Amino acid sequence: MSEPAVRVEGLTKEYGDLVAVNDISFTIDRGETFVLLGPNGAGKSVTIEILEGFRHRTSGDVRVLGMDPAKADRGFKARVGIVLQQAGDLGRLSVRQTLTHFASLYPNPRSVDEVIYAVDLEQKADIAIRKLSGGQQHRVDVALGMIGNPELLFLDEPTTGFDPEVRRQFWEVIAGLQAEGTTIMLTTHYLDEAEALGDRAAVILAGQLVAIDQVHSIGGADMRVPVVRWIEGGVERSERTPQPAAFVASLVERLGQEPERLNVRTPTLEDVYLAMLDGRSSR
Amino acid sequence: MNTFTEAKMPGIISVGFARIGYELKTYLRTPDSMFFNFSFPLMMLLVFSIAFSGNDFGIPELGIEVTSAQYFLPAMVAMGIFISGAQNLGIDIAIERNDGTLKRLAGSPIAPVSYFIGKFGQVLVTGFAQLVILLIVGGVLLGAGLPTSVDRWLTLAWIFFLGIMASAVIGITISALPRSAKSATSVIVPPILILQFISGVYLQFSQLPEWLQNVASIFPLKWIAQGMRYVFLPDAYQGAEIGGVWNLGAVALVLVAWFVVGTIGAALTFRWTKRN
Repeated sequence: MSEPAVRVEGLTKEYGDLVAVNDISFTIDRGETFVLLGPNGAGKSVTIEILEGFRHRTSGDVRVLGMDPAKADRGFKARVGIVLQQAGDLGRLSVRQTLTHFASLYPNPRSVDEVIYAVDLEQKADIAIRKLSGGQQHRVDVALGMIGNPELLFLDEPTTGFDPEVRRQFWEVIAGLQAEGTTIMLTTHYLDEAEALGDRAAVILAGQLVAIDQVHSIGGADMRVPVVRWIEGGVERSERTPQPAAFVASLVERLGQEPERLNVRTPTLEDVYLAMLDGRSSR
Repeated sequence: MNTFTEAKMPGIISVGFARIGYELKTYLRTPDSMFFNFSFPLMMLLVFSIAFSGNDFGIPELGIEVTSAQYFLPAMVAMGIFISGAQNLGIDIAIERNDGTLKRLAGSPIAPVSYFIGKFGQVLVTGFAQLVILLIVGGVLLGAGLPTSVDRWLTLAWIFFLGIMASAVIGITISALPRSAKSATSVIVPPILILQFISGVYLQFSQLPEWLQNVASIFPLKWIAQGMRYVFLPDAYQGAEIGGVWNLGAVALVLVAWFVVGTIGAALTFRWTKRN
């Protein structure tokens, strides 16, 4: 079995008395898209910045592409791509000038034209980046993250503050990278983003990993039992059942008519996640 | 499996030269630096030459006459050298660090040396272009005259080079001071402006109080200005210098010392990312 792309064991980061990340462990397999979910301040960005080599850990063992990111050298940086949460004003030169320059920093870059095509900026390639819209500028950020042809791409809250259309365009770009086999680690607090892009997800709350699993089964089978809701005799009724279709059929038979305001809902990742947040805050 | 690490990493020097082009293109598109760093000495030369055009800056008892343009050309050449390095890089790198531009670079496989080659190249090229413009406008158009001997041209060359290098490492070091991109200009410019006033750029150095002269003598600008007076002014003018001599040996010594100190300071303080 090959070495995973990322292996984290007992990672802890303390700032004085504050424990920002508390003894977390996970692995990311090659070719996998792993999502780190959590509310603001939970420790997502600290964790991803430790893996990127921007921050030092207090304790624990971290291996990214077999290397220790705390000793990140040029060889390490040539193999990972990083899309920062808030990028700089790189805006005075054109998209093409900037990408061409960044490509020259890498040993094995992608073709600039191919990357411009991938992020759908062909019409804007020769315009100064600062003159682009926010969403277009962000696609330049993603383009810079992928120009070095990385084996592993880090995306730290890549779509925060985007309108829905721009987020979908962004997801399409990421899907293209996934299809090529790029390993991706993503932090987000958008559940639909995790569902759309992720293979596996972990939930981090107050520095601790509280759940880690396939995106479609995280939280456990119990939390994902569908719920049937309907109105009967003016009273709202509900039933949790693993066989909602059979239950609805029996309900129709029993009532002899269509149930009033029938609703069958399989909990989404969002429902599961919110239930986890509730569980933590009520403790 | 390790095909990526085995692919040839771009050379540190060749990336550095590519950075120079990239830095220059960016500099040309940055109106703030074009105005406050590149054009500033030229504007000041025009303002002071014209405002004081009725004055004679010569020394009557020695029988030498010096026009305002002649007097202020060496001062503005010296100031241009200093701000091209210290002020330009102090602001430029502080902004790049605080707006995340440097963090983005730090995530790429660029070597810090390549980045610095780009900055030194940007400063040398823009400083040189500024010098040429000052020579044309001040020396030719305003009639201040150009250096009159090979020796003076050579002195101009080495003071320009040492002055730019010392100023550049000072700029890299002081770029650590501003805490935000927005405050970069307001943190860096005032001390450098004060230094200009006490270093003989706008005011005659020999007329400053002695303690102020001593303070100014710690910093390189005073020495660059002194060397430039040798380059552009009549030789008899050295009577107005401290001790009555040009003291070019001290100019070289101070600039080399500042380059060493500035390089150490830059190495100790330079960070890709701002402090948390």
